[in-house]
Amino acid sequence: MQMFPDKTVAEGLTNAAQLADVQGRSLWKDARIRFSRNKAAMISLYVLIGIVLFCVFGGLFTQYEIDTADFTLSGPNAYLGVPSFATGHYFGTDELGRDLFARTVQGTGISMLVGVVGAMVAVIVGTLYGAVSGYFGARTDMLMMRTVDILMSVPYMFVLILMLVIFGRSILMLFIGIGLISWLDMARIARGQTLSIKNKEFVEAAVAIGVRPMTIVVRHIVPNLLGIVVVYSTLLIPGMIITESFISFLGLGVADPNASLGSLIAKGASQMQYGVLWQLLFPLFFFIITLFAFFFVGDGLRDALDPKDR
Amino acid sequence: MYSYILRRLLVAIPTILVLIVLSFALMFAAPGGPFNAERPLPPDVMANIQARYGLDQPYWKQMFDYTWKVVTQFDFGPSFKYRDRSVNDIIAQGFPVTLVYGSWAFVVAVTFGLGLGILAAIRQNTWLDYLAVGVAIGAQVLPGFVLAPILVLVFTYWLDLLPGGGWNGGQWQYVIMPVIALSTGYLASIARIMRSSMLEVMNSGFIRTARAKGLPMRRIIWRHAMKPALLPVLSYLGPAFVGMITGSVVIDVYFSTGGIGQFFVNSAFHRDYSVIMGITILVGVLTILFNLVVDLLYAWIDPKIRY
Repeated sequence: MQMFPDKTVAEGLTNAAQLADVQGRSLWKDARIRFSRNKAAMISLYVLIGIVLFCVFGGLFTQYEIDTADFTLSGPNAYLGVPSFATGHYFGTDELGRDLFARTVQGTGISMLVGVVGAMVAVIVGTLYGAVSGYFGARTDMLMMRTVDILMSVPYMFVLILMLVIFGRSILMLFIGIGLISWLDMARIARGQTLSIKNKEFVEAAVAIGVRPMTIVVRHIVPNLLGIVVVYSTLLIPGMIITESFISFLGLGVADPNASLGSLIAKGASQMQYGVLWQLLFPLFFFIITLFAFFFVGDGLRDALDPKDR
Repeated sequence: MYSYILRRLLVAIPTILVLIVLSFALMFAAPGGPFNAERPLPPDVMANIQARYGLDQPYWKQMFDYTWKVVTQFDFGPSFKYRDRSVNDIIAQGFPVTLVYGSWAFVVAVTFGLGLGILAAIRQNTWLDYLAVGVAIGAQVLPGFVLAPILVLVFTYWLDLLPGGGWNGGQWQYVIMPVIALSTGYLASIARIMRSSMLEVMNSGFIRTARAKGLPMRRIIWRHAMKPALLPVLSYLGPAFVGMITGSVVIDVYFSTGGIGQFFVNSAFHRDYSVIMGITILVGVLTILFNLVVDLLYAWIDPKIRY
């Protein structure tokens, strides 16, 4: 009886074995390869990098500040502030004659920052909260998750506006307010994952050799949550950006002369009947492509990291 | 079942109380009172005003009185800004407007969302499917406050078909754009959820059995596939409801429809705490009640859940 019916197969197998020796594939490397095959996600990633560069270095390309008003272009003369390379107002000017390019750079930056800070709070607080709740279980779990349930049924946008009114409108307050609510969903997701992880052998082993519970949570549970945390936080950022823009659209968020995409869109929308459409379209363009890019990158990450949908 | 309803109501009560206490504590922590004007009032006038609004009482007593009045008489107290009106008057004026276009938006989002989702699922990989998926992706980046200006630009300034704002007693021309702006995002989400859950159900064993015994497609969808496919949509309706109430704030402000959202934002600018609190609590209670209804519906549809 022949062990290998065909010699080439045997060779192929040994070759494959040699290859496997040369380079192993970790979970993360696997995910990276799968991500880089996803065209929409890769393009979105480059778009995102472009937007970040635009926020950081955009200010260098214009001689105007966000709050220098050119009164010859304001009020009834607003239609003169058309986008042009000759005047240096690449995106035109707003209704007060302020350079829209500088304001869009700053607005996009603030919106991105709010999104990223919100997501970071969600990642740190939400993951730890959920992991602790799920790992300790029993009464601790019930108490912690009931708290989340109660907080979730609070109409947070209204409470957030209440907070902004009471403690004054500032970017810091926006960060705190958005941070306060962003971790709730993450806590639930992390808890659900923890429940399925905590009965695995490696956790049992850690318990058996006497590792303290909090150390198990931080060293063994949380690293195994990372995949889903990364996916979810990417998908969370656009939600945070929308929340911030929503509040700024109402005029209750970032205060003049600072701008965020929401307040720029609101300004543009209130001026559009005067034929100064660029005031609406430039901020809107950045708002839409930022959100699109985050959604597609998040989707790509989910496909790459979530073992369920493979 | 009744014990489940009772239990849910018992959980809802502390939630509402937490909401009241929380917003009251926030309000109390505010630096400066509502009557601190740039020109300070004479002390005896100030004392009179404080007494009129009960602000001279200790903190816990104010909170207790407020909570007691809200719970027993649905009385949210006087407005700090409009001296001759109570918060109840303001809610009574604004809420019906919000309710009219909010309900329309909800109906539109659910019917068209479900319809589009079902069609996309049973005609998978046709233009209808691509349309549904496209709408779902597009609507993610077009929240109400982005869609509203675009709608006004197109239908008011370019086509001159619809009025760009106002309410006018709820005439249909004035209702259309608020409803579209408010419902589109949720329509798209419902369509997306319905599509994927319908696809999953249509691939399951009992549907194959139904097809094998020769039932017509229409009957399979309505009698067999519909109910299990609805469950994920149902659990989305709670968050959708909250989102629509929140979204109505922007709609009210942008279209000047005169709903509670407009009063809410105006009060936020004027630091009219009692109105803000009243509306926040009202919305919170509505949210909790709606979630309760959704959960009961869920229990009614899903035979696996027994309480």
